Amino acid sequence: MERADYERLRWRCIRRALLELDITLTRFLDAGFADLSEAEQAAFVDLVALEDHELWYLVSGKEECEGDLAHFAPLVEKIRKCSVRLAD
Amino acid sequence: MSIPVLKFDAVIVGAGGAGLRSAIQLSEAGLKTAVLSKVFPTRSHTVAAQGGVAASLGNSEEDHWHWHMYDTVKGSDWLGDQDAIEFMVRKANECVVELEHYGMPFDRTDNGKIYQRPFGGHMSNFGEKPVRRSCAAADRTGHAMLHAMYQRNVKANTQFFVEWMALDLIRDSEGHVLGVTAMEMETGQVVIFHSRATIFATGGAGRIFHSSTNAFINTGDGLGMAARAGIPLEDMEFWQFHPTGVAGAGVLITEGVRGEGGILRNANKERFMERYAPNAKDLASRDVVSRAMTTEINEGRGCGLNKDYVLLDITHLDPNVIMKRLPGIREIGLQFAGVDCIKEPLPVVPTCHYQMGGIPTHYSGRVVVPQDGNPNTIVPGFYAAGECACASVHGANRLGTNSLLDLLVFGKSAGDSAVEDLKAGKAHRDLPKDAAEKSLSRIAAIDNRKGGANVHETRLAMQRTMQTHAGVFRFGDLLKTGVEKILEVEKAARELEIKDKSLAWNTARSEALEMENLIEVAKATMLSAEARKESRGAHVRDDAPDTPEFPNGRNDAEWLKHTLFNPVDNSISYKPVNMQPLTVETIALKTRSY
Ligand SMILES: Cc1cc2nc3c(=O)[nH]c(=O)nc-3n(C[C@H](O)[C@H](O)[C@H](O)COP(=O)(O)OP(=O)(O)OC[C@H]3O[C@@H](n4cnc5c(N)ncnc54)[C@H](O)[C@@H]3O)c2cc1C
Repeated sequence: MERADYERLRWRCIRRALLELDITLTRFLDAGFADLSEAEQAAFVDLVALEDHELWYLVSGKEECEGDLAHFAPLVEKIRKCSVRLAD
Repeated sequence: MSIPVLKFDAVIVGAGGAGLRSAIQLSEAGLKTAVLSKVFPTRSHTVAAQGGVAASLGNSEEDHWHWHMYDTVKGSDWLGDQDAIEFMVRKANECVVELEHYGMPFDRTDNGKIYQRPFGGHMSNFGEKPVRRSCAAADRTGHAMLHAMYQRNVKANTQFFVEWMALDLIRDSEGHVLGVTAMEMETGQVVIFHSRATIFATGGAGRIFHSSTNAFINTGDGLGMAARAGIPLEDMEFWQFHPTGVAGAGVLITEGVRGEGGILRNANKERFMERYAPNAKDLASRDVVSRAMTTEINEGRGCGLNKDYVLLDITHLDPNVIMKRLPGIREIGLQFAGVDCIKEPLPVVPTCHYQMGGIPTHYSGRVVVPQDGNPNTIVPGFYAAGECACASVHGANRLGTNSLLDLLVFGKSAGDSAVEDLKAGKAHRDLPKDAAEKSLSRIAAIDNRKGGANVHETRLAMQRTMQTHAGVFRFGDLLKTGVEKILEVEKAARELEIKDKSLAWNTARSEALEMENLIEVAKATMLSAEARKESRGAHVRDDAPDTPEFPNGRNDAEWLKHTLFNPVDNSISYKPVNMQPLTVETIALKTRSY
């Protein structure tokens, strides 16, 4: 990913409406993002474009990635794992 | 260097609830209006508000604005201005109904009225019993509010500048406000927004504390810009805290956890609340619990490497009960503390939630400063609303659901005042020659400095200093050393260095610029808190205890006054509280107890 594209993405992850997302997404950018394939990185850009509540419900497991969002499931799983793994 | 100039009738900094509400007034009046935001409008922090917005609609049971007024004055511990409070509660119904017309999907009763639920501190009949006054849209009140108002603005042709960061207020030699400088993040280009009216609606600054429920965006930019332009900040010692946020993360742990049997323990595993509140124990009121937690930490019985948190233990509860009655709590523990609360206790700490002080305003939304003996002289062309402003309706403590109301009422009234002033027909005043100089040289200094301070480390030093020295429960000696320490941190904050010098999308630079705002707020808070020698509302000092002479430590004879912190020379002055409502009688001073 080009520097400017990455930095734009970074701003959109570290300045969310919900603190929960600020923390989880910052963590993932620092610890998991670089390991994603190009296609997964592109999917991540789409994922973080979701509204905050919607995204947090997916990341916190309150809601499943279904229907239009089904293709985000593996990525969301990686974000969840990243948070929990780092913490223990 | 020549800097592009964009001309508008009005420029509004902030696209949260307050900014969007004021923009509607201006755009619908046909004025050319720009709204600047660091993020897409519906990603503003107002989205996080779930509890609802207060209005005495009386849909669920009898209610009256006068009762709401009483609750708000009492909640403010009598530091709120009673004219502004009457103004707000009387406008509440109109503002909520307007929002409904904008398309806000409020929860409804069976007969189609807006459904109302109870919320702490809101009572009927002058404090008699709880009343249902909060209007909500499921658990997305703030979010729904922003969507409704954003759509309305789009229709009214408000011009949005998204992912633009305002840098500094522009004032001329007579003190008139003529707009702001701002940076387009995509290009790094600095531009002048030349306006006849400038409204700040930049939200709170909760990130000055180490533990905060506020999203990262709450860096107090409006307060920083105002301070750099010589505008004093009002009542900055007053911050509302929640007793239990996840230590280090700030994410809220609901009070329901203690309700279900959660126990607070110190490093010795002791159930310390037994000492502070032998009867209520862990279910004592917020203030009592927060104070006990702080005392444990200050006396060296905190947990962890820095001994800076205590534990909230629910390991004795049946895991099924935890999963059923406290949904989401296990996930929060796992994600933000790395702890499975079924097996291990959660690290918690009193956590900053809401800023009561801010840019001093009249209830018309006009910014006011002391000048020539008048403590409330209008700054021409300058308005503020929402959490960045101090009207002052929340005084020393805010009632839940009153801040969404604040941003609707004062967002609207700031917009109306700007329309009124603009219609009076003044042309754009000439920009001073050096209008962008201050911003450009700040950026150049950050870009060019070698051997300066690291932004992340400086922010952390500030946050730890604020948490330890000016947290939820305050000690005279800690405040004194806190003043020295925060002035030390300020030196570092004035010497920031970044590694990335790119123009486009330089998040390091944006964070450095935010840090320069945070430190203004932190300094104002610490110095104002040190100076106020009483306890009142959310400002509670160990050396101003509850005595018969001074119930709750409040000393009205000396301290019934607003603090004004002057950022130019770090001096403090005071101005009287307005005890005179608009039409009703003064709500007389009383001890605040619930
Ligand atoms: C978790 C949580 C729950 C809450 N729940 C409730 C509740 O239920 N009821 C209630 O009444 N209150 C609640 N509050 C408080 C309430 O949400 C806030 O006080 C209120 O939303 C603030 O609105 P605002 O419009 O002033 O600012 P915000 O919504 O924070 O908006 C600030 C805007 O300013 C912009 N901005 C800031 N700096 C700059 C800059 N330099 N350049 C350009 N743009 C800038 C931002 O991009 C943003 O658009 C809650 C607060 C929190 C943290």
